[in-house]
Amino acid sequence: MVDFSLWDILRNLLQAVRWTVALSLIAFIGGGLIGLGLLVARIAKVRGAEAFAVAYVQLFQGTPLLMQLFLAYFGLALFGLNVSAWTAAALALTLYSSAYLTEIWRGCVNAVAKGQWEASSALALTLREQLRYVIGPQALKVAVPPTVGFSVQIIKGTALASVIGFVELTKAGTMIANATFRPFTVYACVALMYFVLCFPVSYWARTLERKLHGHR
Amino acid sequence: MIAFDFPAVLVEWPMLLKGAGITLALTAVSATIGLGLGVACAWARTYGGAVLRALVGAYVEAIRNTPFIVQLFFLFFGLPSLGVKLTPETASVLAMVVNLGAYAAEIVRAGISATPRGQVEAAQSLALSARQVFTRVVLPPALKRVWPALVSQIIIVMLGSAVCSQVSTQELSYAANLIQSRNFRAFEAFIVATVMYLALSVMVRQLLNWAGPRFIFGR
Repeated sequence: MVDFSLWDILRNLLQAVRWTVALSLIAFIGGGLIGLGLLVARIAKVRGAEAFAVAYVQLFQGTPLLMQLFLAYFGLALFGLNVSAWTAAALALTLYSSAYLTEIWRGCVNAVAKGQWEASSALALTLREQLRYVIGPQALKVAVPPTVGFSVQIIKGTALASVIGFVELTKAGTMIANATFRPFTVYACVALMYFVLCFPVSYWARTLERKLHGHR
Repeated sequence: MIAFDFPAVLVEWPMLLKGAGITLALTAVSATIGLGLGVACAWARTYGGAVLRALVGAYVEAIRNTPFIVQLFFLFFGLPSLGVKLTPETASVLAMVVNLGAYAAEIVRAGISATPRGQVEAAQSLALSARQVFTRVVLPPALKRVWPALVSQIIIVMLGSAVCSQVSTQELSYAANLIQSRNFRAFEAFIVATVMYLALSVMVRQLLNWAGPRFIFGR
């Protein structure tokens, strides 16, 4: 019989934290790239992009992340791909993040005054130049706080990957709770670790927001 | 070649419908209590004493910075070791209420802080008591201002309730899981459940947008 001290529990959980962090980073970066691609396609008025983006966002925001994870897990297997929980979770969370990020950023682009578009096209800037030198920088300023805020959602979202068997913080917690018969302590520690990960980020998001609205 | 077999899933429609019904019931109960809790917390954070404000603030931050699934597991698996044993349904509702309460508190507080000072002063000069000022003058327009955000939050909590199947609450995703464990049509079962969730979220949004002005804060 092996005895788990509180330190053993914490140490094992800490080892699992890196997978939560890794999954969050992948989802954030991948989701950001896809989200940005969708956003540009919408701004450039690519045929069908608008309808596609609306449906895409509605689909991912209107269904549970858990179902999206299951679909990625079982859906990829249908195509004969031997998917690990890791791949499925990364894919589902990336798509989920991209839907939210593209919608957040679209709001930020819309927040740029219309006159800026007109002025920059009056100067004969191409769409690319408009985005790069005129619209982009202004939208970016507004976009940072909500984007940082959403990354907290991503970190919390990775907890669901435990359900399809990916061993990150929550799954490690479940396994340790089953081994030690101390679910109260273990889940309290798990919650504490998520808090330690998320709180600084949400605090940062709030500070950024206050700064943005303070300056005008 | 991939062959889909949706009829194998759809033939289990009574189970899916019952699951959707339980998802809706969980949402209805926790939205009602959760909104009440949110309003109470918003009141406490705006008008309460320093200790109360700090307590509510800690609660809101603790919930907003931890995943729902961990909150649920803590309630369902963790509390029994303190002698508090909850059924899956009670634990689910409790977790949803606690979760929604924290988010709703922040949303409602934003609505309250946008109240023009003159309105409160006018109400006070009409000799309304502090309680009347809050419930009749401050709260209704505050709820009206933030209603779209509250509706979105309620839907987020409803979609989050899919996780409750993990503590064996027999809602929609539990039904999907059960069906796929019987006929091995996992992908089809989850597609059907996902479409049902999508329909539920559209429906609930319509319903709440309609019900809010009529029953919650007046037109």
